[in-house]
Amino acid sequence: MIPANLQANPRLDRWVGFETEGRVRVAFGKTENGQGVQTALAQMAAGELGVAFSRLDIAEPATELVPDEGTTFGSISIETSGAAIRAACAEVRALVLAAAAAKLGCAVGELDVLDGAVVRAGTPTGETYWTLAGAVDLTRAPTGEAPLRGAAALAVVGDSEPRVDLPPKLFGAAFLHDLVLPGMVHARVLRQPGRQARLLGLDEAAIRSAAGEEVDIVVDGAFAAVLCGREADAERAIAAAAASARWENAPDVAPGLSEAQTLKTLPSEVFTAGAAEPEPSNRRRHQASYGKPYLAHGSMGPSCGVALFEAGRLTVWTHNQALYPLRRTIARVLGLDPDAIEVRHVQGPGCYGHNGADDAAVDAATLAVRRPGRPVRVQWRREDEFAWAPVGTAMAFDIAGELDPSGRLVDYTAEVWTGPQTSRGHTLAEAALPGDIPPAPPLFPPPPPGAPRFSAGLFNALPTYDIAATRTVEHVIAEPPVRTSSLRGVGGPPNIFASEGFVDELAEIAGQDPLAYRLAMLSDPRGRAVLERVGQMSDWPRRWETGTGRGLGISYDRHRSHGARCAVAAEVDVDAQVRLVKLWCAVDGGLIVNPDGAKNQLEGGVVMAASWTLKEQVKLGGPGIASTTWDDYPILRFSEVPPIEVELLNAREAPAYGLGEISQGGTMAAIANAVAHALGARIRELPLTRDKIAAALLAG
Amino acid sequence: MRRNLSFTLNGAPASAEVEGEATLLTVLRADLGVFGARFGCGLGQCGACAVLVDGRVEAACTLSAASVEGRAVTTVEGLGTPEQPHPLQAAFLELQAGQCGYCLSGILVGAKALLDANPAPSRTEIAQALDWHLCRCGVHNRILDAVALAARRMREAAA
Ligand code: FES
Ligand code: FES
Repeated sequence: MIPANLQANPRLDRWVGFETEGRVRVAFGKTENGQGVQTALAQMAAGELGVAFSRLDIAEPATELVPDEGTTFGSISIETSGAAIRAACAEVRALVLAAAAAKLGCAVGELDVLDGAVVRAGTPTGETYWTLAGAVDLTRAPTGEAPLRGAAALAVVGDSEPRVDLPPKLFGAAFLHDLVLPGMVHARVLRQPGRQARLLGLDEAAIRSAAGEEVDIVVDGAFAAVLCGREADAERAIAAAAASARWENAPDVAPGLSEAQTLKTLPSEVFTAGAAEPEPSNRRRHQASYGKPYLAHGSMGPSCGVALFEAGRLTVWTHNQALYPLRRTIARVLGLDPDAIEVRHVQGPGCYGHNGADDAAVDAATLAVRRPGRPVRVQWRREDEFAWAPVGTAMAFDIAGELDPSGRLVDYTAEVWTGPQTSRGHTLAEAALPGDIPPAPPLFPPPPPGAPRFSAGLFNALPTYDIAATRTVEHVIAEPPVRTSSLRGVGGPPNIFASEGFVDELAEIAGQDPLAYRLAMLSDPRGRAVLERVGQMSDWPRRWETGTGRGLGISYDRHRSHGARCAVAAEVDVDAQVRLVKLWCAVDGGLIVNPDGAKNQLEGGVVMAASWTLKEQVKLGGPGIASTTWDDYPILRFSEVPPIEVELLNAREAPAYGLGEISQGGTMAAIANAVAHALGARIRELPLTRDKIAAALLAG
Repeated sequence: MRRNLSFTLNGAPASAEVEGEATLLTVLRADLGVFGARFGCGLGQCGACAVLVDGRVEAACTLSAASVEGRAVTTVEGLGTPEQPHPLQAAFLELQAGQCGYCLSGILVGAKALLDANPAPSRTEIAQALDWHLCRCGVHNRILDAVALAARRMREAAA
């Protein structure tokens, strides 16, 4: 079977080329955001082609130069793009070997490739990828018949190649924010306070007196921007514009809506799936409500976009996660032909989610077409990144479980309230611009015919244990009070926080040890292995009685219920607040392409999730978001990050599962479970702040 | 009001015509084209813009450019080059201490100030020294390990 991404981009020369003697060009449609994806994909390409890693030249990620692989998301690049690049390379290798066999007058089966050279029984034949490049037609489509090398033969896979993207970042180079183009102007965009707001007026005289006479003021409907030759002038101009702008219809969001449980008061559509309601019985039944607030992406740098419109062609430089989808969005919003748009990716500050990068690119494109001939650079302000980049939606959970007489979980209901988990392709600019812009793709697309409806709000809604009957009830809130979109892991981690907290509660009701309770419901041997391993790593048998101020908690999940398996244990000290003592994480992600890169991702996921769990909550208010500085939105600091131990199991076992968002849900749940163990009282609403601890102790 | 500003940048003389209220970060990035110090928050809250002024860590985003007249400013570009990396840069590479990397310029500068003052810091001391710096990608432990590794190498080289 030909992998989907290769089917969609069937010309082999879009993926691989041998234009330079001794070098191999490889092209990936996935963007590097610090996760090391380009290194891992290059390792797979090198392994499949049979060339040294150092021979690869990775094509600049630009629509002109790389295949369309959609959005870089969901931690699945290694699965989807990895499959595509391996298949493409296998096809290329087969074509070259066939050409070599014809030339040498031997059977293809006698030949192999060793670092780019065609060998016969281990002896060089004098032919190489480069001598034969002219003899094979790489513009052709794949046959689907080229054999893949076995995982074990992929010599380069499984090595911890240093990441190719890291070195420049240590010497001061590398980011889109540093791009300087000749004649570039600096723009700042005045953000529309809500999609319905109308701009009544700006004090242009005030803007000019702040920034100088040369400031160029663009006003088009509710889209307003200032452009200056010098960045400092643009900053003064936008401050004056913001201070003098008069708006109508700006919303006034109630701060109370910051709390997850208020989702239950908002209009929603309800979808149910799974087993019928349980018959009334005398089984022991338990129910509880959990909540997770809105979370900011919190990239370290506010977003940036650069665009140039010249001779009818638009070039856009972006640090987003989706080259071709951005091209389609810009074409839609600005009424351009996608083929007239080139999107080039340059790295930027990361977060592994949908931050303001796409919007900044659309802002720049919007201005570039109105001011052709000069590159326009849009730099968002920090307060705008916090206030107007999408946030991860709040979620609320009502969970019910029934236990058989032995205490085993036999019936499970997850009721989930969620805003849109993703709104990629939706932009701020289109709400502000006048005119008829074709609508963005639906936030909740209908399922394919015959398939059940499913949104990312249900990822991991059901714990991955052997449970006789399960069902879900999903409340989809299309219009939460703020704009929401893909936060790292989307609905998975919050669901794991809730469900694995609930399973801990059940273990307590059943009077069983939380680890033993989970193992008794888990027949999957690879799942058991990670749980048992994390039990050993954390020395689980030493676990002590409840309510001592020190806690040890555990969690288990499978990514989206069918991917990598992950178990996390957390040790905490709790007095007025939570101090993390140590975290352990055991993961079975199958074949690991780059073990050190995988660990880096897992460690980072643990830290980000610990930060969510202990500290983070977007505060609503005014036209949307009131928490617009790092003081209002604290994240975990160096002195608060505990030692973290990560172990990879079955790392040579195909298939390869993505690992970028595997460790967060387990971390959230393990910490919350450890805090409950420490306190002898459970906090079911994140974050686990001082106030919540005090309240839980009072209630207990 | 524009005035001439002269100072030492990464060991070499630098000068620029600057406005009275310009910050050092603006002068570095917009006037001198030195981009290692990043714009993160503009409020002194994140450490992305950290530079050394006469060896002391400062937030370039809030520091008035005029205040560095005649003083020595060090940015990440002044630490080392890909050919001749500072031991900190070498250790960060060796331990792959970074993901998106946006925080790294400031952190490297902060770590240099620490090691200049304290060649054998404990893990807690490193964490304390870097506590101002935020990292969204969660690379903290690798960064702590890399600073400790660089410190050890520098002590060995000095011995
Ligand atoms: S940019 Fe200077 S501290 Fe954040
Ligand atoms: S590596 Fe991304 S912010 Fe630190």
